[in-house]
Amino acid sequence: MKGPAAYSEPVVAAYGRLVRWRTAVMGLVGCLVATGVIVDIATGPAGLTVSEILAAIVRVGSVPSQHDVIVWTFRMPTALMAVVVGAALGVAGAEMQTILNNPLASPYTLGVSASASFGAALAVVLGAGAIPLVETLALPASAFAMAMLCSLAIYALARIKGASRETIILGGVALLFLFNAGVGLLKYVASEEQLAAITFWIFGSLQGATWTKLAVVAGTLAVTGPLLAVHAWKLTALRLGDDRARSLGVNVRRLRLTTLVLVSLLSAVAVCFVGTIGFIGFVGPHLARIMVGEDQRFLMPLSGLTGALLLSIASIASKSIFPGAVFPIGIATAFMGVPFFAAMVLLRRRSYW
Amino acid sequence: MILEGKNLSFAYRSDRVLHDVDVRLEPGVTAIIGPNAAGKSTLLRCLCGLLKPRGSVQLDGRDVRNVPVAERSRIISYLPQDTSTQAVLSVVESVLLGRLHGLGWRPSEEDLRVVTGLLDELDLADLAERSITELSGGQGQMVALAQALAREPDILLLDEPTANLDLEHQFEICSLMRRLTESRGMTTVMAMHDLNVAARFADVVYVLQDGAVHSHGPATTVMTHSMIASVYHVNARVAACPDGRPLVTPLELAVREDNRRGHPSGPTG
Repeated sequence: MKGPAAYSEPVVAAYGRLVRWRTAVMGLVGCLVATGVIVDIATGPAGLTVSEILAAIVRVGSVPSQHDVIVWTFRMPTALMAVVVGAALGVAGAEMQTILNNPLASPYTLGVSASASFGAALAVVLGAGAIPLVETLALPASAFAMAMLCSLAIYALARIKGASRETIILGGVALLFLFNAGVGLLKYVASEEQLAAITFWIFGSLQGATWTKLAVVAGTLAVTGPLLAVHAWKLTALRLGDDRARSLGVNVRRLRLTTLVLVSLLSAVAVCFVGTIGFIGFVGPHLARIMVGEDQRFLMPLSGLTGALLLSIASIASKSIFPGAVFPIGIATAFMGVPFFAAMVLLRRRSYW
Repeated sequence: MILEGKNLSFAYRSDRVLHDVDVRLEPGVTAIIGPNAAGKSTLLRCLCGLLKPRGSVQLDGRDVRNVPVAERSRIISYLPQDTSTQAVLSVVESVLLGRLHGLGWRPSEEDLRVVTGLLDELDLADLAERSITELSGGQGQMVALAQALAREPDILLLDEPTANLDLEHQFEICSLMRRLTESRGMTTVMAMHDLNVAARFADVVYVLQDGAVHSHGPATTVMTHSMIASVYHVNARVAACPDGRPLVTPLELAVREDNRRGHPSGPTG
């Protein structure tokens, strides 16, 4: 039953090299995310210098209260929101792609973003926008409810005995079309002001970020992340095919359903506050996969980091394209992400899916 | 360990694939042969617990339904026919996954020791850092086998492990399985199509036909002209090699006595 006594140092060394390289990549992307946050906070119409920003962040010396408000009330929650939403979408996308064994799966392509848009549009049309206090609550609540409804429908489809991964994906795409049609209908019946509000929400925006919203998204990420990480090896095994995973002792069906619930929650919470930022959940995991492969111990956190980095860069770009104005971030994400993604795919040395 | 299937019957919806199959698999190499759709894969999938057949599967006389999944998946290792994957994993990670049953976040010394031993033994050590998607068919199959062996199974079920491989790789894999089976005292079962490879490497051959056991025993008693004519509908000459193992030379399609279906080996499949 025992293997031979011969012990090959090169294999252990090779494994060590792989782990060190991946850890280094994660460290590097992590540093880039931190840099992104600083630059994001430093970017904006008020024209504060980097030293003023840093002083306001660490609160040393005499910081003008105006600076303190700009940094702590507006820019910091927005910059950190970009990070947590990007991370949530990145992780959600990575696990959707894994459990459905499909490179196209993401919170956007499975209809979660579209259903959130529908929920927000519904709240606007039903008149929530008229009352300012209700708007801040009702829009995300309605968006979240619809996103969860969509996820539930996908989950129910997955629960049907014999439903294949393809069925789940096709169901998700069908829901995407359904909710898009729903949004179209609501836009058609909406008044001009409502139409503007819906369109603005769908563009996606981080500008409404507050510490409370940030805490909700970060909290969800902090809870679901470890729950997903526990299954890291099993999720990796899933990509070998269901039969091999089952032969390895993985309860494939239960793992798929549990993961689907967790990533649905994660993506619903992320999109309900910021609108349609669909591209991140699709491209973040692919970039991570190109860099570290599919060992989920590295792919999962790195997908979060690449998602965070992409959204952070998009947030900076959205404030820099037109000086003095904030360009919708959902648009900025896709415009920036597509060339970046295309370059990574074209320059890749090995197959990544 | 001894793996037994008793009165195994299985149907995909209304399509009965296995009918009251009895198999007794002992340490050594067993080959399961039979035409396409004879039920070879289904039998292996029932034996390893991926399918729930009627009848019972017993592990050293203990019903597998009473064996916890974690324990069963450690004892019985099954490798499906299609081992192709697009997963971007290095060879060493892929083999490590084979020890999933006890793998912590960081692989233990023991995990790395077993994986290292296997990569050395299967001559894959130089490929350790390569991505499995970049390997040739033969290399990929060796990595899949290494993964199946990584949990140090007592019972190894392989579904056509040499399908689509050239002669050298077929022999390489079969000799390796022969050697490992003996050195580890494993019960190795291989579903296969090549009668001569089966005759050369197996201690026991089971012949399946239409979901039932046609015959079983040592290759010398099973590989006969009449078995090949009735199961494969092919006339063959069966000679003996110098070492006594049978050598099958297929000659022509035999005239079928029944008219149930077209020729299984005909152009329509």
